[in-house]
Amino acid sequence: MAATFHGVGATVAALSSSSSPSNSFGSKKLLSSPSRSFSVRKRASFTVVRSDGSVNFDLNSKGRRAQQLIANAVATKADSSPVSSSSKPGHELLLFEALREGLEEEMERDPRVCVMGEDVGHYGGSYKVTKGLATKFGDLRVLDTPIAENSFTGMGIGAAMTGLRPVVEGMNMGFLLLAFNQISNNCGMLHYTSGGQFTIPIVIRGPGGVGRQLGAEHSQRLESYFQSIPGIQMVACSTPYNAKGLMKAAIRSENPVILFEHVLLYNLKERIPDEDYICNLEEAEMVRPGEHVTILTYSRMRYHVMQAAKTLVNKGYDPEVIDIRSLKPFDLYTIGNSVKKTHRVLIVEECMRTGGIGASLTAAITENFNDYLDAPITCLSSQDVPTPYAGTLEEWTVVQPAQIVTAVEQLCQ
Amino acid sequence: MNSASCAAKISTQPFSLNPSSPTSHDNPLVSPKPTSLFLGSTRKLRLSSSSKLNLRRRSGTVFAVSDVVKQKKSKSTPSLLITKEEGLELYEDMILGRAFEDMCAQMYYRGKMFGFVHLYNGQEAVSTGFIKLLKQQDSVVSTYRDHVHALSKGVPARAVMSELFGKTTGCCRGQGGSMHMFSREHNLLGGFAFIGEGIPVATGAAFTSKYKREALKEADCDHVTLAFFGDGTCNNGQFFECLNMAALWKLPIVFVVENNLWAIGMSHLRATSDPQIYKKGPAFGMPGIHVDGMDVLKVREVAKEAIGRARRGEGPTLVECETYRFRGHSLADPDELRDPAEKAHYAARDPITALKKYLIENSLASEADLKAIDKKIDEVVEDAVEFADESPIPSRSQLLENVFADPKGFGIGPDGRYRCEDPKFTEGTAHV
Repeated sequence: MAATFHGVGATVAALSSSSSPSNSFGSKKLLSSPSRSFSVRKRASFTVVRSDGSVNFDLNSKGRRAQQLIANAVATKADSSPVSSSSKPGHELLLFEALREGLEEEMERDPRVCVMGEDVGHYGGSYKVTKGLATKFGDLRVLDTPIAENSFTGMGIGAAMTGLRPVVEGMNMGFLLLAFNQISNNCGMLHYTSGGQFTIPIVIRGPGGVGRQLGAEHSQRLESYFQSIPGIQMVACSTPYNAKGLMKAAIRSENPVILFEHVLLYNLKERIPDEDYICNLEEAEMVRPGEHVTILTYSRMRYHVMQAAKTLVNKGYDPEVIDIRSLKPFDLYTIGNSVKKTHRVLIVEECMRTGGIGASLTAAITENFNDYLDAPITCLSSQDVPTPYAGTLEEWTVVQPAQIVTAVEQLCQ
Repeated sequence: MNSASCAAKISTQPFSLNPSSPTSHDNPLVSPKPTSLFLGSTRKLRLSSSSKLNLRRRSGTVFAVSDVVKQKKSKSTPSLLITKEEGLELYEDMILGRAFEDMCAQMYYRGKMFGFVHLYNGQEAVSTGFIKLLKQQDSVVSTYRDHVHALSKGVPARAVMSELFGKTTGCCRGQGGSMHMFSREHNLLGGFAFIGEGIPVATGAAFTSKYKREALKEADCDHVTLAFFGDGTCNNGQFFECLNMAALWKLPIVFVVENNLWAIGMSHLRATSDPQIYKKGPAFGMPGIHVDGMDVLKVREVAKEAIGRARRGEGPTLVECETYRFRGHSLADPDELRDPAEKAHYAARDPITALKKYLIENSLASEADLKAIDKKIDEVVEDAVEFADESPIPSRSQLLENVFADPKGFGIGPDGRYRCEDPKFTEGTAHV
């Protein structure tokens, strides 16, 4: 498969066999410091290198720019094999291991950080994100809770108010619907209603999204339900790099943060730095700079978009792909700069059409950047349907790369 | 439906014990054998860890506090339950609660405060009985009927009144209101508008106490949390879930049920399959006690045991206080459903009157002492109102201030700067 990477600091991530083999991806290292680093954003150079080593140049008029870009590119070789040589800096791991690493490092760094959730302790987490942590830190710091989401989330909030820094795991994001009372009423509100006296530095995380025929209830996208709650932040991770970075940033943040992971992304492999780093919670990630159209996406859809991007590039388009990462609040700077450059926006998300993240994003962009748009914003979302069990039906509820290609073609007419 | 007749039965059931006389044959801490379904205080409270009965998950037998008191009393000359200082402290706290709530009613009808205001008149014995035994670092979690819990915990009357008036000098800067009283300094963790919502938060505070002792190795951390809630809450899932977790992990928490028999207009008996709430404790492996919540001394004795248990690390206790609210559910409640005979019955058992009687009959205080306290409290409450009246109303700039602890949470605006750096943000006019 083709590896897509950027000029500076390329990393290659390989999908394991449990994910769709047709997905491709790109991952970008954004070595952001906690302070704003907008100047680091500019990535002019870009190259597509196929796995057979041949370099793809765009041959139409838009391609001249690509050729120009290649000249600026830092010469790095395509690495088609998933296992990189040991001379490369950093270490390779899977996304769930990256989450665990981030969590473990934060637990070592601050003894007040603790984990609560169902089967997080002895079982190691239903997706193995907390594997080994109970043995290392004890049963109190990695607490196996009874099946009482509302109450143990509330317990996490009470613990956060009184000095701890809990990480509450929802075994599946959908289970957090049972904790909605506590998340909306207490997590989001208590800092405000107490006049700022109590902070709630809690992290609520868990896997969500449409998986492989998990059925309707296990395939919910809760980001759309939570986005209206004032007082919380929401972030979605999509690569091992940003998973670890966002996990650490969320734990260190004084605000309550909901970290959305995706069931199908846990086995993504990537090489990440050895040194300590965090990803800024409020910033979006530039995945692939481009000129023709801005594609905004997050979580698993990033990979559908990148796969579509491959096809689009072959057809002569130059999409700019941004992983918005921060679902609440939106990084309107990165997004705005992109809109000002391309004048066309396509949003690709896994949320339902009605009231989803895409709907809010459409509104935000229209409100702020209407003058820069050459065409109405197109938003591709999942169907407003409870996710069916049957594989074919399930496939049709979420956005597929072919639809993304069609949408870009229509947008760019 | 026999529930209505049951309620009537309770209200006409005279209590034969005289709460103010410790030397009477009736031990003040044991109610007579109940003749109605509802009362049943002949349970026993487990005394100490050296008891033969081990506190394993399954056992939940509870021993009478009366046994404790009997032992205590037999050791010394017939002594009183409280000293003079303690008695005056309890009296003052209850008078403060009563006077404050009465003033709230006045202020509400004069248009100084709005919304839902729930007054505590009649239930003072529970708040005073429990909270006056706590240290500052112990936590209290309450419901929307939280003014008096705040006052008992030490939040100044001025701060509470200002909060009710919605002024910046309120304990929550005017942002919380009647139903959201918080105080970091006094470890009052709220003030919750939805019932049951605070119980998990209280469980979390107790968890922190255990965590500090065991994971952070702060060996002397023995902070206790009290969770106050009503009879209606005891049918809510969060209640049961937290009873389970607290007992499972032996958290230092006391669940205090203020059973005033009514959840707005819903009688406890009409809403609950088994109205004896204290029985639900042993089902989860913790002691369940029923106590007369109109008698501050009884409440205090039970509270001592329960709080002591928690402090020693023996785990949670469920205490059901049978009490009554003299006013309606809130100031908007016409209170038409409750039987006047029932109200009269409990009005005759006013906890303040009872304590006053006890103090005077046992020569712990004179009428003059108590009148002095009454006067002092009147002044405190008047001063609180004056202070609140004169305090400034929140300016626009306060609107966005406490939404996030870290205001970067509002995100990055189109111009590349964090929204919180926008001057309009601090003015409260920024569009976030």
